[in-house]
Amino acid sequence: MNEKINEQYKDLSQDLFTRRKTAKLSDMKLATKPIGSFKDAMIRFRKNKSSVAAAIIILILLLYALFIPLLSPYDVSFRDGYYKMLLPKCEALSFLGWDGCKVQNETQAGYDYLSSIGYEENNSAVKEVREVYTDPNKGTIYYKLYVDSYEKVGFTYVDLTETEYLALQDYQNQNNIQIIYPLPAVYKNDYVAVSNAANLWYELADETKNTQGASKWHDEEGNPIFVANYHTSSNEHRAKYDSLRIEGDDGGADGETWYTYAAKNQSGYRCRVLYREYYHYKNGFYPNHLLGTNQHGQDIFACLGYAARLSFLLAISVSVINFFIGIIYGSIEGYYGGAVDLILERISDILASIPFIVVATLFQMHLAKDVGPLVSLLFAFVLTGWIGIAHRVRTQFYRFKNQEYILAARTLGASDKRLIFRHILPNSLGTIITSTVLIIPGVIFSESMLSYLGIISLETSGLTSIGTMLANGQAYLSTFPHIIAVPAVFISLLEISFNLFGNGLRDAFNPSLRGADE
Amino acid sequence: MGKYVLKRLILMIFTFLIITTICFVLIKLLPLPAVKQMGRDVNLILARREALGYNKPIMVQYKLYWEHLLQGDMGLGEQMYAGKEVMDVFFTKLPYSVIVNLYSILVAIPLGLIFGIYAALRKNQWQDHFVSTMVMLFISVPSYVWAFLVQYFLCFKTGWFSLTVASRETTEFFSWTMFTSMLPAVISLAVYTVAGLTRFTRAELAEVLTGDYLLLARTKGLTKTQAVVRHALRNAMVPILPMILSEFIGILGGSLIIESIFGIPGVGSLFVQSVNLRDYNFFMADTVFYTLIGLLSGLVTDLSYGFIDPRIKMGAR
Repeated sequence: MNEKINEQYKDLSQDLFTRRKTAKLSDMKLATKPIGSFKDAMIRFRKNKSSVAAAIIILILLLYALFIPLLSPYDVSFRDGYYKMLLPKCEALSFLGWDGCKVQNETQAGYDYLSSIGYEENNSAVKEVREVYTDPNKGTIYYKLYVDSYEKVGFTYVDLTETEYLALQDYQNQNNIQIIYPLPAVYKNDYVAVSNAANLWYELADETKNTQGASKWHDEEGNPIFVANYHTSSNEHRAKYDSLRIEGDDGGADGETWYTYAAKNQSGYRCRVLYREYYHYKNGFYPNHLLGTNQHGQDIFACLGYAARLSFLLAISVSVINFFIGIIYGSIEGYYGGAVDLILERISDILASIPFIVVATLFQMHLAKDVGPLVSLLFAFVLTGWIGIAHRVRTQFYRFKNQEYILAARTLGASDKRLIFRHILPNSLGTIITSTVLIIPGVIFSESMLSYLGIISLETSGLTSIGTMLANGQAYLSTFPHIIAVPAVFISLLEISFNLFGNGLRDAFNPSLRGADE
Repeated sequence: MGKYVLKRLILMIFTFLIITTICFVLIKLLPLPAVKQMGRDVNLILARREALGYNKPIMVQYKLYWEHLLQGDMGLGEQMYAGKEVMDVFFTKLPYSVIVNLYSILVAIPLGLIFGIYAALRKNQWQDHFVSTMVMLFISVPSYVWAFLVQYFLCFKTGWFSLTVASRETTEFFSWTMFTSMLPAVISLAVYTVAGLTRFTRAELAEVLTGDYLLLARTKGLTKTQAVVRHALRNAMVPILPMILSEFIGILGGSLIIESIFGIPGVGSLFVQSVNLRDYNFFMADTVFYTLIGLLSGLVTDLSYGFIDPRIKMGAR
């Protein structure tokens, strides 16, 4: 039969055939692009406005965590002993009240003290007197002041060595900035009403009374007139000083005494410096803390960047590791079933029953010394974190492994590995990805809780975390709420966005919702 | 049914044994902290250590540990509450945790149910969307942030509540003074429970409401309220009640972070203290307790399905 046909077609001439010159198909093109399941999910995800917004917020927070630690002049180890608990200040937006100032009630002495700061250079710490009221019973005057928390620091005493002292003087001469100011005369008593005695450079009303820091001179409106009360000495060379002199220091009023610019002590000189300029001299920039500083003088804006970076790094590595462990463990359980499943399921049951806080604590106690608190925390998260994913994968396997297409693939000789990774797992990838993403907010929350409670201590390793920042702010909740508000707002925003994002992903990956809500 | 319960119980005990053994071994591997020099307590603690076989092989210690544990003896406080029985201290702390959580759950359950039912009945209307948005907000924002907000606005700004919890000496646990002094903590704890319960109730009830039998109930002449209360709610309660039950057991565990923020002297703060001061006897006691609570709440939740709804057969594959 075949031979006959072959015989028939033996003498076909070449002309009957044409050779195709191009690879072009003349089939009709598909009217639309083919849509895979992932693309389909993305299309549906994009329709969910709140999830898209959440994704954008997460992206912004991620960029913040990535770039702020690189760009900010401050870091976690930057601590300033004087610029503590400063209020948020943004020069460009100061008209919105974002100016580092705050309303403060003061007595006459307090008002004098605050307005004396920066008096010499016309840059007072008191930006505005809001209200003046008198106690009807005692006749005491109280002021409601608008005080700049940055300028409030004013002058401080610093101890310098001889070389440092001379270098500072050189700097003064080159830049024409006065940093070192004359020492005030020493008083008989310490003044309880004020915190920083270096700011008491003016004549006081009554030196014998402890609680009074008030100026001796006031005009009719009650505004103080400051009369300098500098320490004077007849010895011009008591401490070498070859820089700008402030007005009046021309050898003293009687032409013989000089202001004292430094007091010699064992290690060098003790000087009174204008701290803002001294800070600029030391660090190369003026203090400007967008979100203020905490009680250690750390910049909150930068610290938040470092803390967020740490949280993201930890959470993302935990979720990636758990993703792989969960998939492998769940696949083995679900695919093989039977005794293997039973044993593995018991193991994961037991692991899941250990309270997480206990696991985290035990890991800290055992490993923190060797591998650091962060790595041991990572181990704690990895020990039990994959169970949820493994469970999901296992369920999916039970659903799909007995379906006909698997049987067909097996008949064609597909190996176990191929069946698991090519045929069954991709079905459940959507739910697995969703639960992997949802691990991230959980990890960030647990980490912040543990470091807040002090169960893990990161500060000794020069790190900071959201929890540490919260713990820092806790004691100042009533007085300086911005310290705690910043990390609290950050983590709330993060958790809300991740939950919205996760919900959006879950809906997008759920094909049964296709076409619904439209 | 009985067989299933027994199986679950045995499994639970088995799990409990394994976990405590692991914790025991891990703690024994840590260097033993020196006893603080505090008068006569030192000798007492050393004598107790001797009785617990601290210088004997670990297997002997393990045996002795269980012998003591079964008699309700967890050793003495060494770094904190030095010389006091761990169990005694523990049981003076436990009521605080239980009470604050009990109050919060009693506040939360009716609110959660009401909001959930309301949202389900107004499904896909603005009321439902509003409730769902609020639930999202309340579930996502961490509990400690609510605690800070409560503390700042209700304690500092308005001064409505005191910051400290009323002492046991001046008032009873179930008294108005105690309740109001605990209210900030109760609110912070309840926020999450209310949100969770609302979401769960809404989802369950909304699903039940689409059932055909509800249509039938309306057709045979029941009013909407009658149909919802008699038919829909009863069915929706099947998964809701076990959840509430497990919450009730979970309250024993307390809340570490809320307790430490509001300074409630409960088991949670005891745990944090024991970790920070490295007192392993207290740590072990708390671990045993937390594990037991976790296991029990899981067990009760599973079993309660069978009791609540006779249609569900326990242990059926």
